Amino acid sequence: MSTILYLAHTECDGGLSKVALETLTAAKSLAEGLGAELAVGLFGADVAAAADSVAGCGAKFYAVTDALLNDAVYASDLAAAEALAKAVGPDMVVAPATSRLSRALPGLAVRLDGRVDTHLSGLEAKDGKPAARRWFYRQRMEGALTRDERPWIVTLDSGCAAAFAGAGSADVQAVAADFSGVRTRSLGVECVSEDEQTIRPDANVLLVAGAGWTKKQADGGVHVDVAEQLILGFLGATKASLGSSKSLVDISGEGGSVISFLTHMHQVGQTGASPRHPKGLSTCCHGEEPHVVGWRFIGERRAINTDAGCGWAQGKCDVLYVADAFALMTKVNELLG
Amino acid sequence: MGNVFHIVVCGSIVPDPLQTLTPQVGPTGPVLQNEMMLPAVLDPWAGHALYEAANLAKNNPGSQVWLVALGPKAKLQQVMMAVSQKAPFQLVVADGSASGFTDAFETARVLAATIDGIAGLDKSKLLLFGGWQSASRGSGAVMQMVGERLGVTEQFQGVDKITVGADGSIEVMERVEGGAYLKSVVDGAPAVMGWATGELPEPPNNPQIGMQNMQKNMPALMQAKPADLSGASLRFETVQVPQQRRQTRVVKDAPLEEMAREIVEWLKA
Repeated sequence: MSTILYLAHTECDGGLSKVALETLTAAKSLAEGLGAELAVGLFGADVAAAADSVAGCGAKFYAVTDALLNDAVYASDLAAAEALAKAVGPDMVVAPATSRLSRALPGLAVRLDGRVDTHLSGLEAKDGKPAARRWFYRQRMEGALTRDERPWIVTLDSGCAAAFAGAGSADVQAVAADFSGVRTRSLGVECVSEDEQTIRPDANVLLVAGAGWTKKQADGGVHVDVAEQLILGFLGATKASLGSSKSLVDISGEGGSVISFLTHMHQVGQTGASPRHPKGLSTCCHGEEPHVVGWRFIGERRAINTDAGCGWAQGKCDVLYVADAFALMTKVNELLG
Repeated sequence: MGNVFHIVVCGSIVPDPLQTLTPQVGPTGPVLQNEMMLPAVLDPWAGHALYEAANLAKNNPGSQVWLVALGPKAKLQQVMMAVSQKAPFQLVVADGSASGFTDAFETARVLAATIDGIAGLDKSKLLLFGGWQSASRGSGAVMQMVGERLGVTEQFQGVDKITVGADGSIEVMERVEGGAYLKSVVDGAPAVMGWATGELPEPPNNPQIGMQNMQKNMPALMQAKPADLSGASLRFETVQVPQQRRQTRVVKDAPLEEMAREIVEWLKA
């Protein structure tokens, strides 16, 4: 019987992330579809709480625990993943596409002489074989693919399945890993405070700010300070996540008078992120199809634009409000309190 | 004596982001329609890596930069005419497909073998740069595999900033979830850095650098060896551009208060 190894790491609170729970559902479903055995491999400083939180999945549990694994470091994370994979001997390794595993798992393919496919948007058993889906050319086309090489290592993006729920008491087999060659030391994570944070991956709403916020307005003046207040006011009231169109981020890189809290990390679209949120509101965004792919994974979409024919809006969003964003967002913020 | 690095940047070409891309079935798998006719650019993340490499080399005298590219050499030659004006580097070419549909593992195998063949490369000084993603395959997997194949096991992805200490140690800022940065320090080269956008703007064109680069790099293009990427069993059942088009309701000439109320109700629903 073939074996599927679900691989995940603990978060700072000792539990598993949302995408890790979603990936476990996908791995379990794949194992059932293939008639394969499911094994769970966890690593972290202490995995007991994480293992218990998903004990109901019916898998055999393996874990590498070490204080070093409290921090994300490629070499130690890969050493742990390698030890778990060698202990289980799987045909497939299925893992969430967290930044930590996205960094480490491609290296595992070389160490196991397997193959790797990352950022899958779907994984299923088809005709008794695993089949994957993923996007190519910056979310502009989706491919359905499979391969014969084993072990096949895959990472799944968020939104592929419902989060697994099924706590219990897990019997975890300890696995040893060799960290002796690690030359990197973590200095911790630099986070912005919750109030200052403008990128919120789990937010209900994505607000996309376009370059129109920094252009001359009807009175002939540029009002970036007002734009900043309106955007921050909206984010504060809704706890939405903030994205930016490419042009606005490019302007910020050129040192112009721009919205001070926007960086390349906010960029969505062709050369930016592809965030996943239930709702999205774009404001002052222009541009054609390549720039619009950034909100391909947004559920309900609305847009505010003075141009009723804008490529961001027509056919891409559910509702387009043809209005001046400065005036309309002022009213929206007033109503949000 | 200061720090001396041998910086190898992996990067290739991608279709200009403003082009409309249509997949079709080719003899060995999916390809882009009119792929060889599409205008190409240096992959944006590879570009960031190259500019960071050039800056690091400038600040650490004695350091060298190589750009290792796997791609069709005719297209590479066109793109390099422009890229060569940005920063000094030595081009090393493997003549093969730069398609997003090629297997990441095979791409890494070819790149690692090409880097292994660079004369004068001191692996103890190696900093292997590249993009943490690409605008073609976008796997974010190739750099790690190239590094592993070359025995470089200190690796970083989503890098926006590195700071080299007097002792040769390198402090690295990597992007992680939620707009946060993971801060680490590695005791020195060799290391792999998969760059996000970095902190440097695109350098202005410098025709003098362009001339010097192309004198070295034209022979590299001429001497490029064909790359064999056929080792994978990767098979595509379909590749499709989603055709979904939404029925957009346009709200025009309505009072602002009404629009605002509708937006807030939708946000709170």
